Amino acid sequence: MQIKGKAFKFGDSISTDHIAPGRLFHLRTNLPELAKHVLEDADPEFAKKVQPGDLVVAGKNFGLGSSREHAPTIIKLAGVGVVLARSFARIFYRNAINVGLPVLICDTTQVDQDDELEVDIGKGEVRNITKGITIQAKPLPDVMVKILNDGGLLEHFRKHGGFALDA
Amino acid sequence: MGKTIVEKVLSEHSGVDAYAGDIVVAEIDAALVQDGTGPLAVQHLQKLGMEKAAKPERTVLFIDHAAPSPRKELSNAHKILRNFAAKTGAILSEVDEGVCHQRMVEDFMNPGEVLIGADSHTCTAGALAVFATGMGSTDVAIGIASGKTWLRVPETFKIYVTGEFKKGVYPKDLMLHFIGMIGADGATYKALEFCGPTINAMDMSGRFTLANMAVEAGAKAGLFNSDETTKGYLEERGRSDKWRPVSADEDALYERVYEIDVSDLEPTISCPHVVDNTKTIKEVEGTKADQVFIGTCTNGRIEDLRVVVQIMAGKSRNPDTRLLICPASKQVYLQAIEEGLLAKLITAGAAIINPGCGACVGVHAGILGDDEVCIATQNRNFQGRMGNPEAFIYLSSPAVAAATAIEGAIADPRKYL
Repeated sequence: MQIKGKAFKFGDSISTDHIAPGRLFHLRTNLPELAKHVLEDADPEFAKKVQPGDLVVAGKNFGLGSSREHAPTIIKLAGVGVVLARSFARIFYRNAINVGLPVLICDTTQVDQDDELEVDIGKGEVRNITKGITIQAKPLPDVMVKILNDGGLLEHFRKHGGFALDA
Repeated sequence: MGKTIVEKVLSEHSGVDAYAGDIVVAEIDAALVQDGTGPLAVQHLQKLGMEKAAKPERTVLFIDHAAPSPRKELSNAHKILRNFAAKTGAILSEVDEGVCHQRMVEDFMNPGEVLIGADSHTCTAGALAVFATGMGSTDVAIGIASGKTWLRVPETFKIYVTGEFKKGVYPKDLMLHFIGMIGADGATYKALEFCGPTINAMDMSGRFTLANMAVEAGAKAGLFNSDETTKGYLEERGRSDKWRPVSADEDALYERVYEIDVSDLEPTISCPHVVDNTKTIKEVEGTKADQVFIGTCTNGRIEDLRVVVQIMAGKSRNPDTRLLICPASKQVYLQAIEEGLLAKLITAGAAIINPGCGACVGVHAGILGDDEVCIATQNRNFQGRMGNPEAFIYLSSPAVAAATAIEGAIADPRKYL
């Protein structure tokens, strides 16, 4: 899978409260509406500016906090093609794959706001077109690749009639 | 080779001889969702055509994050959970019954079991030697319908705790200190296992506080041995037949071992806007507080309210500081009434909130104003957590919170004990 777009840069410790705050709890059963506020508490302009295929590029421990799957879901609904971070919080990482949002761990210090990036999810290659460099991401674990390739965990479960995670 | 607690529990539930790093499909004993995550889980199951619960008697749907509902959208979300319960026989925990994690340990979970929950603080039940972990709505939906989940068996960090807490210092201070030490991502993906003489001597309430905040260090689970204290807790709740010993083998393999001596530990505070931004009381004493919030799955138990009364009895809150107190569950609420604690707290100026999660997650009942400062006994102080990204949240023990309510500024509780 190839993704090409512009980088939106965020810092360390972007929590699920930044992505999908509790004050918008009542919108959790209205995801398209909630997506209009995605990452609002980290960058109030982000939801207005993001274009399909653009990338969220963050520091360490992206998505820490709550189990709310709404967080990766609205990032995906906003059109973001992939989230790159130096590290992810565990539940967010698993949720992202489950809802079919690619996430890659790589050295994001080599990306600045508005850089043009091209990402090959399968190879884990992040090409920074603006800077003319290629950043190698950590490969996704095999289990995650299987779920992501099936289009998320619900599709995986439907397709195989259960878990089919063995090599 | 010997096994850690998590390796033992997941081996038993997957039927394979599992060690850290293995991928297993495990039977789950219980599952929970709440009103923020449950409606999405139900919608997923409807989409899959699997609107059922493999173990309805141990599938619990909590209406606790917006309880009772402050808005019509949430009232409608609650209907989704009520309908699912009616259709599948799953248990509905209504608006009067309290916070999911407190109720799960009070009424449902037993040593050696597996619990998955669509709420990150599901790890609280680890204090009962349950492998308990938070996941998203999709994972838990599939767990509810199939009775199974997939897991990578995590490596374990052993936290060996020695020494006696000084007066005015509590397990909450230990956990904030530990998270400050290793960082909010210091244990990402790992299981924590708490042990040592201080843990052996600790009551269940303190163990729940530690297990609850395992996720704030990034951990997947926070586990304890099942011992005589665990047995006593289950006996008091009519589940003595469910007790069994659970502990790691002597030769279990740990990725890391941390040794912590609590003898010199000071009251510890987590400052805005991340949990690992910890300071000792001396460094933050005197910071003006507009609101004090005491409650939650971290520190809303009867033992916590007793400490607050011990400090506040006969005194009043500062006139410029609001004091909100929220018992974690109906059981805690009733016991606090029986012991006369609530009358004393109300007299001291507390507003008592219906058991639930609303204030902590910023849904209702305690939302902060711009530039306001709150000191809270909860587990998170992220920007926007209590409903306003322009506010500031400090985390502390109930004792520090109580002393702060009296003085109107962050205060050392030891002078009141």
